[in-house]
Amino acid sequence: MSVEAHSFSPRRISAIILRHWYLLRSSWPRLVELAYWPAVQMFMWGFLQLGMARQSGAALAAASTFLAAFLLWDLLFRGQIGFSMSFMEEMWSRNLPNLMISPLRPAEFMVALMAMSVIRLCVGFLPVTILAIVFFGFNLWGLGLALVAFFANLFFTAWAVGMLCSGLVMRNGLGAEGLTWSIMFIFLPLTCVYYPVTTLPAFVQPIAWALPPTAVFEGMRALVVEHVFRTELMAWALGLNLVWLIVGAASFVLLLDSARKAGALIQTGE
Amino acid sequence: MDTRSKAFAIEADGLAKHYGEAIAVDGISFGIEAGTITGLLGGNGAGKTTTIGMIMGLVAPSAGRVRVFGADMAEERYRVLGRMNFESPYVDLPHRLTVRQNLKVFALLYDVADSDARIAALSESLDLAEFLDRQAGKLSAGQKTRAALAKALINEPDLLVLDEPTASLDPDTADWIRGHLERYRAERGATILLASHNMFEVERLCDRVIMMKRGKIVDDDAPDALLVRYGRQNLEEVFLDVARGRRQPALSRSAS
Repeated sequence: MSVEAHSFSPRRISAIILRHWYLLRSSWPRLVELAYWPAVQMFMWGFLQLGMARQSGAALAAASTFLAAFLLWDLLFRGQIGFSMSFMEEMWSRNLPNLMISPLRPAEFMVALMAMSVIRLCVGFLPVTILAIVFFGFNLWGLGLALVAFFANLFFTAWAVGMLCSGLVMRNGLGAEGLTWSIMFIFLPLTCVYYPVTTLPAFVQPIAWALPPTAVFEGMRALVVEHVFRTELMAWALGLNLVWLIVGAASFVLLLDSARKAGALIQTGE
Repeated sequence: MDTRSKAFAIEADGLAKHYGEAIAVDGISFGIEAGTITGLLGGNGAGKTTTIGMIMGLVAPSAGRVRVFGADMAEERYRVLGRMNFESPYVDLPHRLTVRQNLKVFALLYDVADSDARIAALSESLDLAEFLDRQAGKLSAGQKTRAALAKALINEPDLLVLDEPTASLDPDTADWIRGHLERYRAERGATILLASHNMFEVERLCDRVIMMKRGKIVDDDAPDALLVRYGRQNLEEVFLDVARGRRQPALSRSAS
């Protein structure tokens, strides 16, 4: 590939962001959907946490992390869905060939989709964190600067998985769409969102530690329960995420090349 | 193919595309001179859309190569994508965006300096004003085609590739679109490649016709020359002769 292939244009990135911003603005069901499910889930975990708070000892300690765990899990899940759905909007609207024959570079496309995942999450996630304060007195933002490390690491993982999923949909058509919705759920048990890693069988624990969000959820529990910010866990997650991002971006580019070879870009249906 | 004395917008050399055992395009070679309108004709499955896909960089060739303005589309497409554009009834603009919003997005993608002025100019020349602020998904077929053409012209491309530009349009709208394409070529000196099943359209617009069948080029000449060679009154009859293998041309001519 030539030098031109690696140039980077903020204007082209802003074009894709603008396209999706116009779309969100024009569709109230899309906006409502961004907040609806996180809000339902937040209430469910919030009431569970309230109920468990009447317990004592270990049960109380575990319960005190439920809302924080749910909110961070939702950020991970929504971050990936936000990336992948913005990509699939191009497939659903049969607009992908228009983008692929434009000067838009794959890296610019990926960066724009990352920005959209942040924007979509802000639309849905911010109101839900405020509802958590109002109804359950839980202030996620009270975790302070540690949140930056948690959020960044979760977004990196979400984007890496989003790139892989989008590449698979691009290569295999909308028949692979279901993967986009379900792939993150494998992370739910393995990354120990609601329980410590030591709860897992010993042979599963190394797999859990190879997943960057595991360190984030362990770090969150240390902060909420013990009031300790474990830097080494965030560094571990960041190191893993760098590898994951490289693999995700490489997958997207390789699957794009494969889609070109298979003629999939001129037949963007199922 | 002698490329020394002519300025070619598109040069295909041994271009082939196989999908497993199926051969979509079978080693075709041709050159399209800059500033001309060329028609790509052939029945369903002749390989036109795949050829266009390879020219636009959407499909990777299995063998051979295609160059646009000298850039190899497999390796150097980003050198020239800003000088090209494409329109097809099988590719849509995002439905929930208005025509104006769509054009703004594509103006940014193609780095158009003054997008508002460009959109205003396109609105006037393509008569978009009536539906410029309507969602693209709520347009009639004719309006959709005009909006898609506006998108294809947003960057004032030197190479415009059109896949059945007047499919499903009424004769009045189709004639209007053809007139616009003729004016655009005359004013900009642009190269236009169009795949069409409308023989009247091809006869009217094209300086040259490349006829494809089962992935190969089976004839290639000016429309008038084809009529003489096949002894026919119009291109539709020539097309049927080629598609059904009924007659051989009176004079043989190398396809490439």
